[in-house]
Amino acid sequence: MRINFKHEWIETNIGLMLVLTMLAISVGGLVEIAPLFFINKTIEKTEGVDVRPYSPLEMRGRDIYIREGCYVCHSQMIRPFRDEKMRYGHYSLAAESQYDHPFQWGSKRTGPDLARVGGKYSNEWHVQHLLAPRSMVPESVMPNYPWLMTLLDQSDVADRMKALRTVGVPYSLTEAEREANVKKFGEQVAEQLHIPDANKNLVEQANLGNYDGKPGVSEMDALVAYLQVLGTMVDFTKVNEDELVHSR
Amino acid sequence: MSEQNLQSQTVQTTGHAWDGDLEEFNNPLPTWWVYTFYVTIVFAIVYWFIYPSWPFGKGFLTGFSNITYVNKAGETVSSHWNTRALLMEDLNKADEMQKPYFSKVAASDFNQIAKDPELSGFVLSAGKALFTDNCAPCHQQGGQGKLGFFPNLTDDDWLYGGTFDKIHQTITGGRRGYMPAFGEVLNADQIDALANYVASLSGIAHDANKAVTGKALFTSETAACYYCHTESAKGRQDIGAPNLTDKIWLWANVPGADKAEDKVAAIRNTIATGVNKGVMPAWGERLSSDQIKVLTVYVHQLGGGK
Repeated sequence: MRINFKHEWIETNIGLMLVLTMLAISVGGLVEIAPLFFINKTIEKTEGVDVRPYSPLEMRGRDIYIREGCYVCHSQMIRPFRDEKMRYGHYSLAAESQYDHPFQWGSKRTGPDLARVGGKYSNEWHVQHLLAPRSMVPESVMPNYPWLMTLLDQSDVADRMKALRTVGVPYSLTEAEREANVKKFGEQVAEQLHIPDANKNLVEQANLGNYDGKPGVSEMDALVAYLQVLGTMVDFTKVNEDELVHSR
Repeated sequence: MSEQNLQSQTVQTTGHAWDGDLEEFNNPLPTWWVYTFYVTIVFAIVYWFIYPSWPFGKGFLTGFSNITYVNKAGETVSSHWNTRALLMEDLNKADEMQKPYFSKVAASDFNQIAKDPELSGFVLSAGKALFTDNCAPCHQQGGQGKLGFFPNLTDDDWLYGGTFDKIHQTITGGRRGYMPAFGEVLNADQIDALANYVASLSGIAHDANKAVTGKALFTSETAACYYCHTESAKGRQDIGAPNLTDKIWLWANVPGADKAEDKVAAIRNTIATGVNKGVMPAWGERLSSDQIKVLTVYVHQLGGGK
């Protein structure tokens, strides 16, 4: 059987061509756009998954992570493969990057994945490793970042949080929003997410953690605070693995 | 010209001539291409039925392909095809392969593992992989440590003890080094005296008079060094206070200094500023108990196991 189709039919009939072009484009558009309306369904809501937005200090550390282009060589996405589980830990969940704007999944690993680097090394190691990577890992090709020991610019912490709030991160501006956060994340976390207290919280966390071992809040403090929280928010001892499997 | 005529007889044209003789061929697509295209369409439809594909109602079409695996509780779970289930199946296979070894590791005590040649062979290779992934960034590839940062694991000097049980405890719970800074408690002369005494303990050239004063201070209530380092200065492994009588250094950069006075200065510096580092993370939640057991035996055999 041979259908005697002639492309001439379309090419000489501009109305038909218009309709068919729109049809082709809308199929492509639908495939790209429709899944975005269901994105909330991809976030795992099982027990043990208590992901919170970053504290002001961690948020500034994330900004430095982006500024220095760490994402160019480091991914934050552990794929569900055995070799990745053995080396980096449990595969990443969608819930774990729900407050990341933009997400830091990355697409290339020159260095190792950092999705679960939090708590793996001491602050001291991170500081020394960021200043002079080869002093800790002789074969490393990572550049030195000596300027991270400079003081952190704290002038616009609240503005940065407001920007993230605009794209959906539940940082609170009003008392009502704070109350909602208390219900959702608990008193302690909600305090950290309150924009009017951002600078106070940032300094407090930096002094308490003293990540770089030096007085004052440096960019190093912020970056190490960020690195130390990566991948630590989900309690996998409470997570039901079968639920994670079935949610896909 | 004759060739053109020949073609226009066998091949269809669009039927329109520009400038008198400019025509456009209207060749059909090659048959092989058309049929390959049809095959890809059929392939896609078959694929939709085997693997998860289209959104459907409140969920999606899960496909006919199934994966079964055994979960942690030992129950057999069946799931539609997805990469997470695939990982579980993969882990099951790997567990099955390693089971003969890991079940022996779990059933044996440390000494039995170290003595059994087959088991210790397994522990050495598995331990090396675990050590490289998790421990080497700080303790370095061969376990030689880093002066001023992380202790050497290959010598027989231990901060927290080098028995199997102590190493196991260190890996599981982590450690935190601490010595108060004496810079504000003692004056410069006192610190100098103490440094000379500590230097004398490990055979570094020192001022003998200062060392005598230092020894008195060491055991006095003013400096109270003996609380942690003990009166004999051999240290206390239960709190991680190092032995000061050997020639092994971690915090004071004594080996890096050439001249004796620089070595004493390095000791002075550590006494004045104290130690508030030497943090080792706890691995109890990051690694499985079998993995920690393997690592314990691996670290123990690096050279200094007691």
